[in-house]
Amino acid sequence: MRLPRSLILGALLTALFLGGALLSFLWTPYDIELLSIPSRLQPPGAAHWLGTDQLGRDILSMIMMGARTSIAVALLAVGIGMGLGIPLGLTAAARRGSLLDEVIMRGNDLIFAFPSLVIAILITAVFGAGAMNAIIAIGIFNIPVFARLTRGAALSYWSRDFILAARVAGKSPARISVEHILPNIANLMIVQGTIQFSLGILAEAALSYIGLGAQPPTASWGRMLADAQTLASIAPHVALVPGLAIVLMVLGLNLMGDGLRDLLDPRIRVDRT
Amino acid sequence: MIRYTIGRVTSLFLSLVVASMVIFAVVEVVPGDPAAYMLGVNARPDTIAALRTELGLDMSPPERYLSWTSGMLRGDFGTSYTYRTPVTRMILDRIVVSLPLAILALALTVAIAFPAGIYAASRRGKLGDMGVMGATQLGVAVPNFWFAMILVLIFAVKLRWVSAGGFPGWGNGVWPGLKALILPAIALALPQAAILARVMRSSLLDMLGEDFIRTARAKGLTRRQALWRHAVRNALIPVLTIIGLQFSFLLAGGIVIEQIFFLPGLGRLIFQAISARDLIVVESVVMLLVALVIIVNFAVDLAYAAVDPRLRVRA
Repeated sequence: MRLPRSLILGALLTALFLGGALLSFLWTPYDIELLSIPSRLQPPGAAHWLGTDQLGRDILSMIMMGARTSIAVALLAVGIGMGLGIPLGLTAAARRGSLLDEVIMRGNDLIFAFPSLVIAILITAVFGAGAMNAIIAIGIFNIPVFARLTRGAALSYWSRDFILAARVAGKSPARISVEHILPNIANLMIVQGTIQFSLGILAEAALSYIGLGAQPPTASWGRMLADAQTLASIAPHVALVPGLAIVLMVLGLNLMGDGLRDLLDPRIRVDRT
Repeated sequence: MIRYTIGRVTSLFLSLVVASMVIFAVVEVVPGDPAAYMLGVNARPDTIAALRTELGLDMSPPERYLSWTSGMLRGDFGTSYTYRTPVTRMILDRIVVSLPLAILALALTVAIAFPAGIYAASRRGKLGDMGVMGATQLGVAVPNFWFAMILVLIFAVKLRWVSAGGFPGWGNGVWPGLKALILPAIALALPQAAILARVMRSSLLDMLGEDFIRTARAKGLTRRQALWRHAVRNALIPVLTIIGLQFSFLLAGGIVIEQIFFLPGLGRLIFQAISARDLIVVESVVMLLVALVIIVNFAVDLAYAAVDPRLRVRA
């Protein structure tokens, strides 16, 4: 079987950042807590491949550390979305037409009315800023995405013959959901998970940019951009590098999602919004 | 249609009530007493008590919820803890920046996405389609606030066509105000336009496979005529849903973009309020944003129930 080209390119880009993030646990080119004012704002060169920032820190090292934050936040947020959204969607589909179904779906509509940024603002107003808030805010936003998708996909299976056979055999709706429906919609969830992962990276960057995400000394791409804002005209690389890191990471995940979709099932459609 | 509308209005009302309860409950669990926080550590207990009465903090939570929501229905959002001015006044001052920004961004989104999506669909599989799809792939990956920084760098710092930030107000005429909103609106619109162009294209491609397009072609219309006269109009239904959702993204996304351009909008207001622990302002602005999202989606639902009778039955 030939792999879709977008899958290969996307997987390579994703692997690059994932590898960098994992490597940062063992080694980074420089220590990012090491400030060196004399060598500040150096353009990319042999000593510092991606240059240095306003405090003389190595930008490549900070990108690697920032990748860790981005990936951890986005991954946990997708985990929350899937962990709560998929069971809710399966339940709603199993009890389709019931009051419970109605309550779950209206609850989803309600959460949809709260943009993740607004959730983050509320959480921050109450508990203060931090990476955990970003995870919760983006995670809550992911729940209705997975719940709706799961319900819709599961409903189309509930009318199929093999499900009828399982019911005749005496299996409970819960067992049918887990043993027969979940495996059939897993592909769709993986593809949507990839897309939500990329949206999570973007959301994390936006939240830490406005100061609602990871706090110093945790490195994050969004905060690197916030720090770079006033320096962009004298040292463009401090603003370009973290931005390009976000673009490439998100692009990689999106390409991988598209490629996976083509590979797993060309008929399924992914919701990009 | 009347039954459908009644049903939708009821659920609109319920959504607003539940949303306001959620927001109130979340803010309610905030530790600490706003009155004590405002007066500092050396305040005398009787001064704090007096301020609590003045702010209405001595009432029970249900009483405060009722006074907050009934106030909002009358257009009275309460009094800011820090500025001691009516929150309504503060919101009105800021919304004249935030709302035009979101609307301008939405207009740009549509103006970019429709031609791009229609063009891509009409040249399906050809070079033009691939070009548009490649550009949208990149467009959805670009963070809008980073794109905004680059726009500032190019058009404000290097070319000096517009100012890098700030807002002159609408008092000096429409053009200076509009000019200050152009770059922020472009930054907000681009990623959304990329999404919308993709939706437009796929929705159109679905339509092009329909029987009525074959009929149109059979009666002698060219591909292009069939596309413009029959497919585009029918493809608009899913596109409208997305536009409704995007409005909320643009409104919330504006909070971030306002920071970059130093625009005195709702975003700035909410951040000042968070750092000053001015919770009544946070509560009211969040409620306003959420209410706008709910109302816009309600309007979209009604709009296409009016266009497509089949949708009235389902709900």
